[in-house]
Amino acid sequence: MPTHVTGRAAPFPLSNIDTDVIMPKRFLRTITREGLADGVLADLRFDTEGNENPDFVLHRPAFRGAEILVVGDNFGCGSSREHAVWGLKQLGIKAIIGTSFAGIFYDNARKNLLVLASISPSARDAVLQAIAEQPLDVAIDLDQKQVRWDDQSVPITIDQATQRALVEEREDVSDTLSLNAQIREFEAKRPNKLVVRVPK
Amino acid sequence: MTMPRTLYDKLVDSHKVCDLPDGEMLLYVDLHVMNEYTSPQAFSGLDEKGLPVWKPESHLAVVDHVNATRGRAAPDAASQLLIDNLGKNCAQHGIALYGLGDPRQGIEHVVVPEQGLVAPGMVIVCGDSHTTTYGAFGALGFGIGTSEVEHVLATQTLRYRRMKNMRVTVSGDLAPGVVAKDIIMKVVQVVGAGGANGFAVEFAGEAIRSQSITGRMTICNMAVELGARAALIAQDDVSHAAVKGPYVNPAEDWHSDPGAPFDRNVEINGAEIAPLVSWGTSPDQSVPVDALVPEPDATLPKAQESHGRALDYMGLIAGTPMTDIAIDRAFIGSCTNSRIEDLRQAAAILKDRKVADGVTAIVVPGSTMTRLAAEAEGLDVVFRDAGFDWRPEAGCSMCLAMNDDVAMDGERVASSTNRNFEGRQGRGARTHLMSPAMVAAAAVKGRIADVRAFVEHKDL
Ligand code: SF4
Repeated sequence: MPTHVTGRAAPFPLSNIDTDVIMPKRFLRTITREGLADGVLADLRFDTEGNENPDFVLHRPAFRGAEILVVGDNFGCGSSREHAVWGLKQLGIKAIIGTSFAGIFYDNARKNLLVLASISPSARDAVLQAIAEQPLDVAIDLDQKQVRWDDQSVPITIDQATQRALVEEREDVSDTLSLNAQIREFEAKRPNKLVVRVPK
Repeated sequence: MTMPRTLYDKLVDSHKVCDLPDGEMLLYVDLHVMNEYTSPQAFSGLDEKGLPVWKPESHLAVVDHVNATRGRAAPDAASQLLIDNLGKNCAQHGIALYGLGDPRQGIEHVVVPEQGLVAPGMVIVCGDSHTTTYGAFGALGFGIGTSEVEHVLATQTLRYRRMKNMRVTVSGDLAPGVVAKDIIMKVVQVVGAGGANGFAVEFAGEAIRSQSITGRMTICNMAVELGARAALIAQDDVSHAAVKGPYVNPAEDWHSDPGAPFDRNVEINGAEIAPLVSWGTSPDQSVPVDALVPEPDATLPKAQESHGRALDYMGLIAGTPMTDIAIDRAFIGSCTNSRIEDLRQAAAILKDRKVADGVTAIVVPGSTMTRLAAEAEGLDVVFRDAGFDWRPEAGCSMCLAMNDDVAMDGERVASSTNRNFEGRQGRGARTHLMSPAMVAAAAVKGRIADVRAFVEHKDL
């Protein structure tokens, strides 16, 4: 993944948007990762007949096709369902800018190379204000750890491991399996009594 | 002399396989629990890579989220597919499955303690956010996404970043009628819905210590609603006595050392907690049952917007007494409040009383074993006589309404569950979170009701 994500940014500033709202449960009865784009924020995007809600931000002409969301505090709280992240990616969302993200959602996003950029509340408000006026491209620079628009730039808070995982598109399972000797060694030292054996 | 450490740090240290670059580590997982809806893509990921399960005997799968609770027939073909798929994956990889019809089946976080699969000092993960429940035993439990489920299946480990430490001390004696659910709803209200993001939270203080293991599970369960990535209560006689399995490490005492550093301390006076009810669409939006639907805080313009939106969704007007709010449904169940003690507390309210006209009331025991134990005590009769529908199969049911137990658009539910999110119990459904006894009281009154008016609450 390149170190930069640039795209049209859309405001979606409600606080505590949870993964039940991001991906309602009726889209979860699936054994694949596919076909989840329609599920994203479905109860806000569509009416009960499935017609587009014209007021929803991504349906307004200025923001249709936006690839970056600017969100409220504590985005992605609630259920662990990774379907929320899969769906956002499938809808074409490449990055989300906010002040704080719930932990499991944050980790799920990283695994799927969805960039979550945490910035300060005042910086987030400045971005919101800029994009409220007119459609605007916003850049997220993972190298410099900055969000940039017009001639503004604000710092992103991101841990080293997540930054590197995003940039290097790491494949965690095979990386970890290369450490199999260490895992075996840990297991060998563990008292046998503590090894969980679930009765069948 | 070694540095004093928190319980959380001891748990992490004792499970560290090795350090990884950038401040991460490989964390060993003692037990991994799966359900039918967050695991399928993890198994297909393994299959695509041609990988085996590292240690099949240390995993448990249950069917709980999509199954019907009126009987065993799946609510629809897609749900049946999820159930069958889990069966196929477990058979292929040699993993224990407690499926429908198995006497050990039930909601994952009810089943694990019941089957003796949790003990102090363990690390337990599950593709479900309420895995924090196991902190009641002094075990580190936390929820993970499906990619991590695949990782733990393939390696028995996770790549892990250490959290910060928060201690929430609830001191003093609880007032009559106040139970564990009220404690945790109060904590969520005080700390805020995202207030513990990035933290592991240890609960301390007399009001916590005086809770039974069931109450402690309720508290740790809902800690995720404040964003906590783990919830812990130090091991003591209560949790020790509740451990049923053999996995106890006598070499360790699972508590925080005196003087262990916490990054944040929160103090709550337990005596000031009242029975709480949520009015909004986030678990931190709650008030004492005898209070009014709150006005937005005029000093916080942003909070005002979500406040207004929540009132709108909930169909409420600020200033309305909570006890004036009429309900359509009552639901007792979920991994927060569906254990035998929870059912007893609700039954104590319902004895010799009737559910109000027009209220649909159901109770879904958390596990098949819980149901049988409750039936052995005659609790099913109390519920049925009162007009509750006593469900014969265990599961999550209307906690997330992924099966056919769904509230309709605009319907208002008094619920013993953990989340009042928009749409959680059905599109347009309005959820009020409260303790199981309060749900029973609301069912009887037909509107939100103060449990303190119902009983000599000493027995709650
Ligand atoms: S009962 Fe509710 S919260 Fe608990 S595991 Fe089931 S759906 Fe999740």
